[in-house]
Amino acid sequence: MTNRDVETQLSDLMAETGEQHVVVSFTLNGTKQTIIVPARTIASDAIRHNLRQTGTHVGCEHGVCGACTILLDGKPVRACLMLAASLEGQSVTTVEGLVEPDGTLHPVQQAFMDCHGLQCGFCTPGFVTTIAAFLEENDAPTQEEATEAIAGNICRCTGYQNIKASVLRAAEIKRERAGEFPLGKDDESSRAALEGKVRGKTNPVGGRAGRA
Amino acid sequence: MKPSPLKYHRPRSIEEACEVLAGVDGKVLAGGQSLIPMLSMRLAAPGTLVDITGIDRLDSITASAESGVTFQALATHASLASNPGANDVQPLLGRTLQLVAHATIRNRGTTVGSIVHADPSAEVPAVLVLLDGSVTVQSVRGRRDIAARDLFLGPLESSLEPDEIAISATVPAARRGVGTAIDEIARRHGDYALVGVAARVEVEDGVVTNARVTYVSAGEFGEVIDYTDVIGGASVSDDRDPLWNVLSEAARKRVETEADIHATARYRSQLVAALTARVVMAAARDGALSLATRPSTLRVDAGEK
Ligand SMILES: Cc1cc2nc3c(=O)[nH]c(=O)nc-3n(C[C@H](O)[C@H](O)[C@H](O)COP(=O)(O)OP(=O)(O)OC[C@H]3O[C@@H](n4cnc5c(N)ncnc54)[C@H](O)[C@@H]3O)c2cc1C
Ligand code: FES
Ligand code: FES
Repeated sequence: MTNRDVETQLSDLMAETGEQHVVVSFTLNGTKQTIIVPARTIASDAIRHNLRQTGTHVGCEHGVCGACTILLDGKPVRACLMLAASLEGQSVTTVEGLVEPDGTLHPVQQAFMDCHGLQCGFCTPGFVTTIAAFLEENDAPTQEEATEAIAGNICRCTGYQNIKASVLRAAEIKRERAGEFPLGKDDESSRAALEGKVRGKTNPVGGRAGRA
Repeated sequence: MKPSPLKYHRPRSIEEACEVLAGVDGKVLAGGQSLIPMLSMRLAAPGTLVDITGIDRLDSITASAESGVTFQALATHASLASNPGANDVQPLLGRTLQLVAHATIRNRGTTVGSIVHADPSAEVPAVLVLLDGSVTVQSVRGRRDIAARDLFLGPLESSLEPDEIAISATVPAARRGVGTAIDEIARRHGDYALVGVAARVEVEDGVVTNARVTYVSAGEFGEVIDYTDVIGGASVSDDRDPLWNVLSEAARKRVETEADIHATARYRSQLVAALTARVVMAAARDGALSLATRPSTLRVDAGEK
């Protein structure tokens, strides 16, 4: 599309709908995207409806539940509290973008499977993105730090214990994939979380993806 | 839950932003952590939105013992809270920001935005008033500074003109002999507080000479309550129980509380009483400690820190 085409399109849309549209170019999960949307479009809607990356869920639409959390230049933010227009020039990662190109799950995704960290799964994408970013800054969290890391996300089903265990488990998988000793400094915390409190099927350290 | 139609601008400079904002029914969009929900719920429907997040170099944080901490409009809660210089120069700021929302919200929300949003349940406005901070605003008519005590007119109402953009805010440096503390009770860490209390206590030779307190979600918004008459002259090392009780009693009498869906007025009043005592005592201890640990302003300026 030439600039001229875009200008024409924008003014046609203005004439048709009576409201301003904007052109937004940004990177979504590694792919450059350009969309034309009404100026008032919220980022979560643009990602879900215009770009069909429906992994980003929308719960409360006012910043409270965390289901819509995406990574903006690597930092977790609420997609429902941004205009799509503000994404201009930025790099966005959604839960879909965390999977390796060969299909290997991200350590956090694998940990949610290992520890049964989800039930209905509605809140999961927001937890996964939030925890993935958290582990970039702290790759050996304690139980307490794991709790604090997920404090801004709401889950209606799980009771949080398995999600907390997933945070610690994800850290283990991450360390193991990096060729390090999987148990953290606070090795009691990760073991205890896995052995004592987790209800679902728990794979031994290494996980399914780790062995594959 | 979707905003109504609006005109959107993404200026590249402050000057351009001021020009767009002049003479329109417009609002500034910074982090959007308070404004976007208001747009989505249609509690606000400005004709024009001026998104300042595309402006370069508007996120700096500078800190010195002489001029305090100055943070620009796009400095996020997260960047300010983790800024070593800011934490050295005015430690209360960082401690306060740890209580503001959750990490994900702090990544995008701006501290200046929190100030001009003027929410009585937000922590930063209370601390800005307590520390006698100020904001600098700009419009096509020029720049001016607004002192914190003149900034907050009422809930969600600041003294900025509709065409003014806050470009930075400043809080003075911590001084030797002046202690500060903040604490709050929230139902879940990171949520808005049911009640929050911030205190600034001056100590000389181990004796309290001045004690001031501001409140979050209690009392008159923007008001500073002076407790010097209650604990002035008390020794910091005094038996804490009598001091604790007189502070609690005074707070219960001086601070009005209201009920909402989160707490009754009576419960809030109890929190005010307990937290006032706890926070004022902590600030007094911090003040006494600062005499031993905080370098005097002169020495910091001489570069001996
Ligand atoms: C789930 C959740 C929990 C939260 N919890 C807390 C909490 O516990 N404590 C707390 O204090 N806050 C809390 N917040 C609010 C958060 O701290 C926001 O960052 C802050 O209130 C506003 O900053 P912002 O940059 O997002 O401003 P915006 O939302 O962009 O703007 C808010 C208002 O200020 C105006 N404005 C912003 N910047 C400027 C400027 N530079 N010049 C002129 N006008 C401007 C806007 O026009 C708007 O009216 C919470 C938010 C959410 C979503
Ligand atoms: S949908 Fe964004 S936080 Fe709930
Ligand atoms: S698993 Fe159902 S909401 Fe969290």
